Amino acid sequence: MSEAARPLVTTRQDDTGIAARIEGSAIGDSVYRWMTTAFALCVPVILILIAIGVGEAAWPAFKTFGLGFLTSSDWDPPHNVFGAAPAIYGTIVSSIVALVIATPLALGVAIFLSEFAPPWLRQPVAFLVDLLAAIPSVVYGLWGIFVLQPFLRDRVMPFLAGLPVVGKSALFEGPAYGPSMLGAGLILAIMVLPFISAVSREVLMAVPRSQREAALALGATKWEMIADAVVPYARSGIIGGIILGLGRALGETMAVTMLIGNVHQISASLFAPGYTMASLIANEFAEATGDLHLSALMAVGAVLFVLTLIVNGIARWLVWRVSREARS
Amino acid sequence: MTRSTLFTLAAAGLMSVVACSGSDTKGATDSAAASTPPSAASRGGVDLTGAGATFPYPIYSKWISDYNAKAGIKINYQAIGSGGGIRQLQEGTVDFGASDAPMTDEEMAKAKGGPILHIPTVLGAVVLTYNLPDVTQPLNLSGEIIADIFLGKITKWNDSRIVSLNAGAKLSARDIIVVHRSEGSGTTYIFSEYLTAVSPAWAAGPGKGKELKWPVGLGGRGNDGVSGQVKQTPGTLGYVELAYANQNKLAVAKVRNAAGQFIAPAIASITAAAAGAVEKLPATTDYRVSIVNAPGADAYPISSFTWLLVYQHQANAAKGKKLVDFMKWALTEGEGSAAALDYAPLPASLGAQLLDRLASIQVGTAS
Repeated sequence: MSEAARPLVTTRQDDTGIAARIEGSAIGDSVYRWMTTAFALCVPVILILIAIGVGEAAWPAFKTFGLGFLTSSDWDPPHNVFGAAPAIYGTIVSSIVALVIATPLALGVAIFLSEFAPPWLRQPVAFLVDLLAAIPSVVYGLWGIFVLQPFLRDRVMPFLAGLPVVGKSALFEGPAYGPSMLGAGLILAIMVLPFISAVSREVLMAVPRSQREAALALGATKWEMIADAVVPYARSGIIGGIILGLGRALGETMAVTMLIGNVHQISASLFAPGYTMASLIANEFAEATGDLHLSALMAVGAVLFVLTLIVNGIARWLVWRVSREARS
Repeated sequence: MTRSTLFTLAAAGLMSVVACSGSDTKGATDSAAASTPPSAASRGGVDLTGAGATFPYPIYSKWISDYNAKAGIKINYQAIGSGGGIRQLQEGTVDFGASDAPMTDEEMAKAKGGPILHIPTVLGAVVLTYNLPDVTQPLNLSGEIIADIFLGKITKWNDSRIVSLNAGAKLSARDIIVVHRSEGSGTTYIFSEYLTAVSPAWAAGPGKGKELKWPVGLGGRGNDGVSGQVKQTPGTLGYVELAYANQNKLAVAKVRNAAGQFIAPAIASITAAAAGAVEKLPATTDYRVSIVNAPGADAYPISSFTWLLVYQHQANAAKGKKLVDFMKWALTEGEGSAAALDYAPLPASLGAQLLDRLASIQVGTAS
């Protein structure tokens, strides 16, 4: 707003004219101010209305099943028994698998682009990585079914199961059919990678030059400079980027539904199929007619809503911490 | 700097949202396009709207387009799923609904516009598709065996009960990998209705519904999700709609019917199932009937009607008349285009009964 007012102050030849214009713009300013305030308030109001709507619709399910809704594995629509534990577990585990795979990759991309890449390579690679975020998720799902899944089943899973020690652990147990927590996690990793790498890249590039020069002046190699001076400086921002990726992974629906196998079970093995909350809602909502069934799906939505709110809260807090550190 | 990245991400996010919504609304635009051929009457709006099952969408969309060309009536049918169609009809936001599963008494009681008529339109069937590279002739299965496989009681392809029905087929000790639909669907309803009818253990366990608590197996989304899984993995057994199996040339099992015959799913054997079941219906039936495991030597046992749902009292006289006229046309001339789209037409005897039933619809406010 101060920027918009500046030209008025600089055209200072005619006092009366300026006064009139300032007065006129004062009305304009207040209209503008109230309009933008109203627009801004729309967003939290919508959020609150969604929370109320979802909460109200979910209430019958929470009332009927209580805490058991969160801990039971029974999801049996014909008999009106609903427990969302496998979906909650699957949402969290598939997102963790995604982050475990995506974070090192994304960080590598970000460090390469900010520290090593020659300028002619930096922009094209950054653009292509960002472009991953533009691919519709159903396309990822199709690619996952026809390319990724057979590859996982025929190559990756036998390899993992054949590893010494790790291969015998509960993580890689059971037959490899294809649809699995691993497949869902991997597709999610590809989908969240651009978010993490873009935020990390910008945070790394924002690290002051003096920080790098100081490290080099103390005799650090380039690697030591990056590991000890640049990355720690940008740490909070990078964590913020990871949390953003986590938020996206938690809510992703279509690609995961197509790859996870959609089975209500909790299994330690990454080869086993599972379920996620977003998939459950997408799968069952269209054909749900029973009141309790609809309410249970809404309750799943409420749980997912709360989970993503928490994740976003953490992201905000981290961003706040980064800006506070930058100021001090 | 961060800002520019966020813009990129926001733009990318927006693109994907646009792309997604594009693919999501494809069905709706298709139906809108189908209902407005060039010969359409010059009237601006839509005459009738309906919503419901996706399974009969191809035939309904053809009927709507043909009828528009003939009578100049525009009908908009949204394939949002049977459950959504029932909810919208209950609220009165559409003129007719469509469902693969009959409405329950409870659902009927919640309808705001009074009693609802179920009008069967065409027949569909659920077929079992499998991936056994060594088996060349169609596999023979019985209801009890299918139920026990889907219950997890039969786990190997060379189980003695399967082998006894398939003399000469090369069945190895391969694990049976069960594939079912992950999302709520009329196909699952028909399949589970059949298993409930033939297997007491299934009836006492998972029961029937559009979504179930599956004892074993993997969930695939849609017919394509199930068949994709079956095609890719040897040893799988799944179920899909007949039309889908025919169009994709899937290996399909013969199923033993109530008369003890092994019947391949086909238009004729499905219509035969309906004919067998309809003979036993009382004149006052509301057509909310199951035709799974139907009598008749040629009947394919996993068959079902799909229904149009309409209010018996049509408060809006103009709309009510158009709706009745459309349904009369669909049940007579319309039936002729069913087979070409892999739907089984209704048996002729039933068509005549249904026309009488349509005459019972009261048009206008007098009731």
